[in-house]
Amino acid sequence: MFESLSDRFDGILGRLRGKGRLSESDVAEAMREIRLALLEADVHLNVVKRFVDRMQARCLEAEVTESLTPGQQVVKVVNEELTVILGGESLQLSYAQKPPTVVLLAGLQGSGKTTSSAKLARWFKSQGRNPLLVGADLQRPAAVEQLQTLAGQIEVPVFSSPGDPVKTTQAGLAEARRTGRDVLIVDTAGRLTVDRELMDEIAAISDAVDPNYTFLVVDAMAGQDAVNTAEAFHATLELDGIILTKLDGDARGGAALSVKEVVGRPIAFASTGEKLDDFDQFHPERMAERILGMGDVLTLIEKAEEVFEQEEAEAATQRLLEGTFTLDDFVDQLRKVRRMGDLSNIVSMMPGVPKEIKDSDIDEREIGKVEAIVLSMTPEERISPDIIDGSRRARIATGSGTTPARVSNLLKQFKEMRKMMKGMAGMGTKAKARKDKGKKPKKGKKGPGRARGSRAQSKETLEIPILDVDGLDLTLPGR
Amino acid sequence: MNATLLIVIFVAVMVSLALLPWAHRTWTTGRKTSGDDQTAVAPLTTRDSARQDCGLGDNPSEESHRDMSAPPTSVSMREKLSKARGLISERLGGIRSGSIDVSTWENLEELLILADVGVNATMDTVDRLRVTSRASKVSEGTELLEALKNQMKSDLSTDRELAYIAPSGKTPVWLFVGVNGVGKTTSIGKIGRRLGDQGLSVLMAAGDTFRAAAAEQLAAWADRCGADFVRGSEGADPSSVIYDAVQAAASRDVDLVLADTAGRLHNKVNLMEELAKVHRVANREPGQVVEVLLVIDATTGQNGLSQAREFADTVAVTGVVLTKLDGSAKGGIVFAIERELALPVKLVGLGEGDGDLVDFDPTSFVEALFGDD
Repeated sequence: MFESLSDRFDGILGRLRGKGRLSESDVAEAMREIRLALLEADVHLNVVKRFVDRMQARCLEAEVTESLTPGQQVVKVVNEELTVILGGESLQLSYAQKPPTVVLLAGLQGSGKTTSSAKLARWFKSQGRNPLLVGADLQRPAAVEQLQTLAGQIEVPVFSSPGDPVKTTQAGLAEARRTGRDVLIVDTAGRLTVDRELMDEIAAISDAVDPNYTFLVVDAMAGQDAVNTAEAFHATLELDGIILTKLDGDARGGAALSVKEVVGRPIAFASTGEKLDDFDQFHPERMAERILGMGDVLTLIEKAEEVFEQEEAEAATQRLLEGTFTLDDFVDQLRKVRRMGDLSNIVSMMPGVPKEIKDSDIDEREIGKVEAIVLSMTPEERISPDIIDGSRRARIATGSGTTPARVSNLLKQFKEMRKMMKGMAGMGTKAKARKDKGKKPKKGKKGPGRARGSRAQSKETLEIPILDVDGLDLTLPGR
Repeated sequence: MNATLLIVIFVAVMVSLALLPWAHRTWTTGRKTSGDDQTAVAPLTTRDSARQDCGLGDNPSEESHRDMSAPPTSVSMREKLSKARGLISERLGGIRSGSIDVSTWENLEELLILADVGVNATMDTVDRLRVTSRASKVSEGTELLEALKNQMKSDLSTDRELAYIAPSGKTPVWLFVGVNGVGKTTSIGKIGRRLGDQGLSVLMAAGDTFRAAAAEQLAAWADRCGADFVRGSEGADPSSVIYDAVQAAASRDVDLVLADTAGRLHNKVNLMEELAKVHRVANREPGQVVEVLLVIDATTGQNGLSQAREFADTVAVTGVVLTKLDGSAKGGIVFAIERELALPVKLVGLGEGDGDLVDFDPTSFVEALFGDD
């Protein structure tokens, strides 16, 4: 089972929470984890080395070392840096003065050039252009047919001719001019960079039509060798951008980072499926997180976004943090969570959840029982559970098919939880207060600390919540 | 499980989930606003919706590819890999330079990682080497390198036999599976050629009913090797195509069926289920699946291990075909696959020509991993 980077950090640096400062050896340990994560993500060894060296310095800065959650800070800083490297300036496509704008696609066999050519054609069409596709892959059986079939779906013409790819491309260019097409997309055969003859061929194709844009198509699952491939193509063709394909797989995609570092050109497009509309501009933040191994978190977020309404969720969270969270709210959220799917899966994806909870077996039937208990309460009881006495408890127990003991247990834990959540918000604000003031808040005084406390809802004060394991009451009742 | 824990989990889940999208945005954009800085992100979904029918093209009317009828060239692994020799890194030189020190071990590790062997397998391999080399008192870098090679060669499992006959007397089927673009169809073409040369009659089944012109591509190969060929109609159910193919093979008394399938990413649940069905159907009277060959691209990184795991779980893979090893990539991932999953590499693809296929040889493979003298 894949262990996420956050997990690793929780492990190492969890010990350091509250320590106040990270030492150099702490940072070195963190860097080892980063190195491991990046290598497992297929980032090239040399790229990893350079990156980690840079990060080492950055992580010794106050921002990280004085953070209350140094582990998270390290991840955050690394994530930011990766995003910057992967992003940088995006490709601003500009069209040739004298049409057509020529776009050349190159890459290894099987990287996805033909499908990407068709996707590009569709994309250009959506930008109001009139593309022409050139089937210059005369090497692979039925390659041109494949392009023709795909092009047919988007009503884009394809030009091809047998014999010599260079001549075919030239003829394609002439055809584009003749028929007034303003974009020419050239699909070429896959080729190995060690094949001198074929590398000369693509150089010849490029020389013959002088492309405005040359894209290297890279498979997201590529390993260490991606760098060699990119360097060779860049040296031969002078690339303008990269198209990253098969991102719908679960490869971490470190090759993207390596290639970007080495070629220095933007990753222009991301291909996320086999359908022609599975093609979009590249988003560096998501890629950075994916490379770091936080892809699970992204899936979780997506699931959550599907089910939870942003405002609703924030309002519910607000109430929780203020201590005004009711049992009604609880049941609402419970149902939403259920809709997200298999609970144990979800819990395992969550960052910052203690191991004990992650490893425990979550019985979905228990969820039903808890829900039943709450539903057996009157609205009044749900808003003010304190009024629930023995007879009410008995009634609820009967109504839900449980026992009075269970009912009181639920109520007790719910209360504890409310207290704890309120305390969490308090923690965040106290931290900020301390940081801002540089001194500890005084006990019992209604000073700025308390005032800030009442503004606990203010989002600035909250970091990504980690459950404070020590603060949790995990004692089992009566056992 | 008691309710206490349950509630704790629920609230944790609920709070984190509620906060997650907002927190995530804040975290990544560095701005402390509410959700209106929502960037339009390209959804990286892991569930595939129903596939759009791309259909199959018409029969290719003109010869729009290079003349494919050139005679097959027999090629040795050495010859083809000689091109990759030129890319031996300086690390090799560093290792061979003299006695063993810390940098020697670092260089060894790095060579393995650069070959896509992966961190776990690398550390494991090197740790074991440390122990054995100390015991046998290896002192020179060159010696150490040889010791490593020998260790790795012996790590690679030995049974690489391909099954040509179904014990039950049924029509044997080789099922080719793998992710997109690895070289399944081309491999079938080469294997068909080889089997034909060996005097066996072959039927190629165009089980890729999804990708545009996939059947045409396989048809071209069948044509070249003089193999029988069965395809389905546009967008047909792959299981039914395979079934028809096996029926045809049985009635025509063909020796072996080579069944192509559509490339599919292993994390796509419904596609993997589709593959499981194809396998079940192919295994029905009168056919028997005697080989499930997972095709892996030598340029693949660590994802290759995930691929192998998932495919093996779904369709009981019997062997690996490692393709595109004639490039600069070392294909080290198969070392990890063999070690962790005991899946033997049976065949190696060394080019796009129909003769560019060899049996996997651990010695050549390991030698090539570290360059060749």
